Amino acid sequence: MSFERIKEKLNILADAAKYDISCSSSGSKRANKGGLGNSDGVGICHSYTEDGRCVSLLKILLTNYCIFDCAYCVTRKSNDIKRAAFKIEEVVSLTMNFYRRNYIEGLFLSSGIFKSPDHTMERLVQVAKKLRLEENFNGYIHLKSIPGASDELMQEAGLYADRLSVNIEIPTVSGLKLLAPDKKHEDFIKPMEAVKNSIQIYKSEKKLIKSTPKYAPAGQSTQMIVGATGESDRDVMYSAAYYYKKFKMKRVYYSGYIPVANDTRLPALGSPVPLLRENRLYQTDWLLRFYGFDIRELLNNENQNLDLDIDPKLSWALRNRELFPLDINKADKLLIARVPGIGLKSVHKIVEARKYRKLNWDHLRKIGIAYNRAKYFITCDSNSFERRDLSSLQIKGMILQDSTSKFRKDYSTQLSLFN
Amino acid sequence: MKEETILIYDGSYKGFLSCVFSTFEQKLNVVGIYTESTTQRNMFAKALSIQTNLEEAKRVALGLKRKVSAIGCRQIFFTFLSELEGIELLLLQYIKLVFKEEKFSRKDFGNPIVLKISQTSKMVSREKHRMEAFVRFQLTKDDIFFASIEPDFNVLPIILKHFESRYADQKWIIYDLKRNFGLFYNLQETSYINLNFKSNEHLNSANTSIYSTSEIDFQKLWQEYFKSTNIKSRKNMKLHLQHVPKRYWKYLTEKSSWQN
Repeated sequence: MSFERIKEKLNILADAAKYDISCSSSGSKRANKGGLGNSDGVGICHSYTEDGRCVSLLKILLTNYCIFDCAYCVTRKSNDIKRAAFKIEEVVSLTMNFYRRNYIEGLFLSSGIFKSPDHTMERLVQVAKKLRLEENFNGYIHLKSIPGASDELMQEAGLYADRLSVNIEIPTVSGLKLLAPDKKHEDFIKPMEAVKNSIQIYKSEKKLIKSTPKYAPAGQSTQMIVGATGESDRDVMYSAAYYYKKFKMKRVYYSGYIPVANDTRLPALGSPVPLLRENRLYQTDWLLRFYGFDIRELLNNENQNLDLDIDPKLSWALRNRELFPLDINKADKLLIARVPGIGLKSVHKIVEARKYRKLNWDHLRKIGIAYNRAKYFITCDSNSFERRDLSSLQIKGMILQDSTSKFRKDYSTQLSLFN
Repeated sequence: MKEETILIYDGSYKGFLSCVFSTFEQKLNVVGIYTESTTQRNMFAKALSIQTNLEEAKRVALGLKRKVSAIGCRQIFFTFLSELEGIELLLLQYIKLVFKEEKFSRKDFGNPIVLKISQTSKMVSREKHRMEAFVRFQLTKDDIFFASIEPDFNVLPIILKHFESRYADQKWIIYDLKRNFGLFYNLQETSYINLNFKSNEHLNSANTSIYSTSEIDFQKLWQEYFKSTNIKSRKNMKLHLQHVPKRYWKYLTEKSSWQN
């Protein structure tokens, strides 16, 4: 193996793959039977790049040659960049050698579409198959579902991969028409549907026949670019909620658009990446998946976009003051989860701890709630609590005054007067 | 009130459990538990040397298991591995609660001792997870994957299983340079070993008298990958450092300057 040549390819094909932000290596269970590697359900982030993102998988494209010309994509046909392609054996060797050194949890393989969707998908499947059958590799494999690939190939892919994903990329159908005129919305949906169905079939067969092989045990995920087509947060999150429900997605990822092209349809090169907005979308996503919120409570006709200066749970609480304050020693678990400044870990601790004694502010602080936000919304075993009749606006102002955020400069011109 | 006593033990977990046993059996008023090397002279307390007794340790362990289940025992063991100053005494107080309180629960987070044990074991568990992530093997000439670590807490005993089941088809050593012992897996089983390093030679991956000739090439590929997968326009060093604190950089192939 020529290390110099591999190094060059790795450089090009890792660079092109990095805009796919999924790096999850969790949710799969694969025991090691005398070979190499396992997944025990918990993901491991082996490193973090300087942008603060986790490095868990060897994330590369098989090739960045592509027959499509999607405006938002760095590997689009018309872009004048260096192109390269890995051989199947090269990807297998890199994965094995990196894994043996404990650099990675596994492989995330995607690709530009060369010749045809089926031709591309087939090569991806071959890599996974070789790793599983010839190298006895039990680490994590995430394969991209290529839009337009046949159901048979998707079926085979799931037998070797832990996770499959198709990136919807543009949250609205009109946006897709504008930026990727060669692609059809249905092409994205079809492989999702195929994978969802196969997962269901294999699961129900497994109940009857124990030897049924695993099919994509870590499920499927998708990704949306935000800030490329002027879509609202409501558009983005309603789409996300739809994919969670309709295709039983494990994750939807939100990727603040990073300008990669000079194109009048898109934000100009050098425009800042909407990091804060991305952050608020993820917070909303968490509220949906873990905190029992319905998306319509957080975003609706009156509130089409999330507040940038405060988190979505606090925004919601400030709009629904009639529910507060809650007595922390009595309130239902689900309601405590809705208090700003109390995360799920604290909710769990509070509910356990209050069985043994009444909790006061000191207990709550030690348990680890964000007192500065929570104090306006709860009472506990103490005579001191917020007695003033504060308006939502006043509370918001007080909380902002007490908090520091690295994003502060991004959301307020007024505050900067005091800095 | 009985005379204040300090216990001196050998630093092992079984030794600590023997201390617990003696405390209960002799109804001692223990005000400190130390090893020979960490002991502090205390003019007012009597020092008592405790011999590690496997039978006694086992009885305490079984008693604990009955009261707080396997999860609770794991929490106590993890906390012990933190090696924090005074942690043995705190654990003794905790174990007293376990045995004496009718309605003891390890989830009684309003009790400061219970909360502290829960938080300390969580800290150790985080370090365990970090080591499972940050170990970087280097392939030696004799086909052993070798890694050096200097973890904050004594986590080798609790990462053993993870590496054993994951790297079942390769020989490996993970060596804790801070505590001077390591794990060696020989394709059949894992054992504890002590090595004598004459110099810092083993830290130089380009040293082909120790490491396989392609080792340095794979490290360069990994460093290349690490650079290429970064998105410059999203740079966020604060977050980066939060996840990969500087004290871990030394043995991280992608962050270390040894090779560069």
